[in-house]
Amino acid sequence: MPSIYLDHQAATPLLPEAFEAMRPFFADAFGSASSLHQHGLRARDALVKAREQMAGFINAESAEDIIFTSDGTESANLAVKGVAHANQRRGNHIVVSATEHPSVLGSVESLEKQGFTCTKVPVDSEGFINPEDVRAVLTDNTILVAVHYANHDIGTIEPIRSIGEIVAGRGIAFYVDAEASAGWMPIDVQALGATLLSFSSHKFYGPKGVGVLYRHRRARLEGILHGGVQESGRRAGTENIPAIVGAGVAAEVAARELPKRAGHVARLQKRLWEGLKAKVPYLKLNGPEPGPHRLGTNLNVSVEFVEGEGLLLMLDTRGIAVASGTSCVSKSLKVSHVLSAIGLDHALGQSAILLTLGKDNTDADIDYVLETLPQVVSKLRGMSPAWDEFQRGTADSVIEPRVKMKES
Amino acid sequence: MSDDGASPAVLDHFLNPRNVGDLPDADGVGEVGAVSCGDVMRISIKVHEGRIAEARFRTFGCGAAIAASSVTTELVKGRTVDEALKFSNQEVSAALGGLPAAKSHCPVLAEEAVKAAVEHYLRKRKT
Repeated sequence: MPSIYLDHQAATPLLPEAFEAMRPFFADAFGSASSLHQHGLRARDALVKAREQMAGFINAESAEDIIFTSDGTESANLAVKGVAHANQRRGNHIVVSATEHPSVLGSVESLEKQGFTCTKVPVDSEGFINPEDVRAVLTDNTILVAVHYANHDIGTIEPIRSIGEIVAGRGIAFYVDAEASAGWMPIDVQALGATLLSFSSHKFYGPKGVGVLYRHRRARLEGILHGGVQESGRRAGTENIPAIVGAGVAAEVAARELPKRAGHVARLQKRLWEGLKAKVPYLKLNGPEPGPHRLGTNLNVSVEFVEGEGLLLMLDTRGIAVASGTSCVSKSLKVSHVLSAIGLDHALGQSAILLTLGKDNTDADIDYVLETLPQVVSKLRGMSPAWDEFQRGTADSVIEPRVKMKES
Repeated sequence: MSDDGASPAVLDHFLNPRNVGDLPDADGVGEVGAVSCGDVMRISIKVHEGRIAEARFRTFGCGAAIAASSVTTELVKGRTVDEALKFSNQEVSAALGGLPAAKSHCPVLAEEAVKAAVEHYLRKRKT
């Protein structure tokens, strides 16, 4: 049976070059970067190099603007809580989009318990935030605006530059979560107007266990981990040198290969979506059409009359790995907050699966998915009471209703 | 089962579900759950001389929900109406080799669907 991996939003395989670069830093050059002897020096040199690689990856003005953390979730917590705590004398208001990653929304919720207030800016039916809606909710008390570059769940690419211009004019910190887009879209923090930006390397063939938070040198940020002077005092704790080294290499290769990788996944994405649309009736794409406003890796589709997790499990038995709901919450039984925010019908929310492509997927992979997925859907619909009711005419489809709603 | 992996019994019933469909001349039909909540189970029964002679199911749901429905149609076959009214979700879990905590609602729905089908049968008989 083939093994086709379509869950690159969750993790990607480690690049061999990154693995090779990491290898000496486990047993041979094992020193801590804080140590003053030669073992420490070797670790420090590696850290300096990786910091420069990361700065180059996002066009940061200085390598000193790079903070290494343990992953995207920690970076988001540090960005949101760190800015809030450092600016609490100036204000207590935070603005986020409704479809941010749970690590951002959860950090904001924890701040709300401490007296901060938050405005969630809604998105439209494709997940786009309107920059003017951001402008409208800014107050003299606003200290932070957080909007992701691209959505992790439905691939919507947000108008970050426009939002950046609005926010910059007010002297408010602007945090951009680039977790889903890094490695797949060019990122230039200066052009975007981001004062903080985060990403992690396991989304682009680097190792897990390392995240990056870019911080413009004028953005005030208080650490959330205490008891050490690492990362200029903003992130206490021994640096994960092997992972940081691997991440640096992965970033360098990702920047070099970006046009090739992005073009490849976008072509496969289009083929997959066109093929599915032709072969599976009652299918809905969640998020924008494949093209310049959607991440080239991401397809989120609702397969009406079938439940997403059942679909995931049956695809897995045929060698196809996908995610259901969102890659982070498929174990909780709730519908993704992103699908709720775009106003998706609740039943269609239960029917969503997420397929995320990577550089190693092939046309043969797409052929196999296009052959297998319709069979699996037929089998599950054959068991579904909702499909049965639709066949009998006692219930209608949400996606393509037989009975058109009267125009009101 | 402690983790979220599917047991061999769950996979077997999910991939080779028994008694899928409806009974055209069913004596009782029970449907519980809602698509918007992620699970719907429909169980149809045929009753002969006070015992469940046949049971079929249709389910919209995850692998565990489909497996729970499938094994339930096997478990209730041959039971008296009174026995079926006492049908317990723990039997379903046991027959599937245990289910992770996140899936504990699946056997509960199966129990409710069986009871709803039997109650439907009893109501129909009265009238």
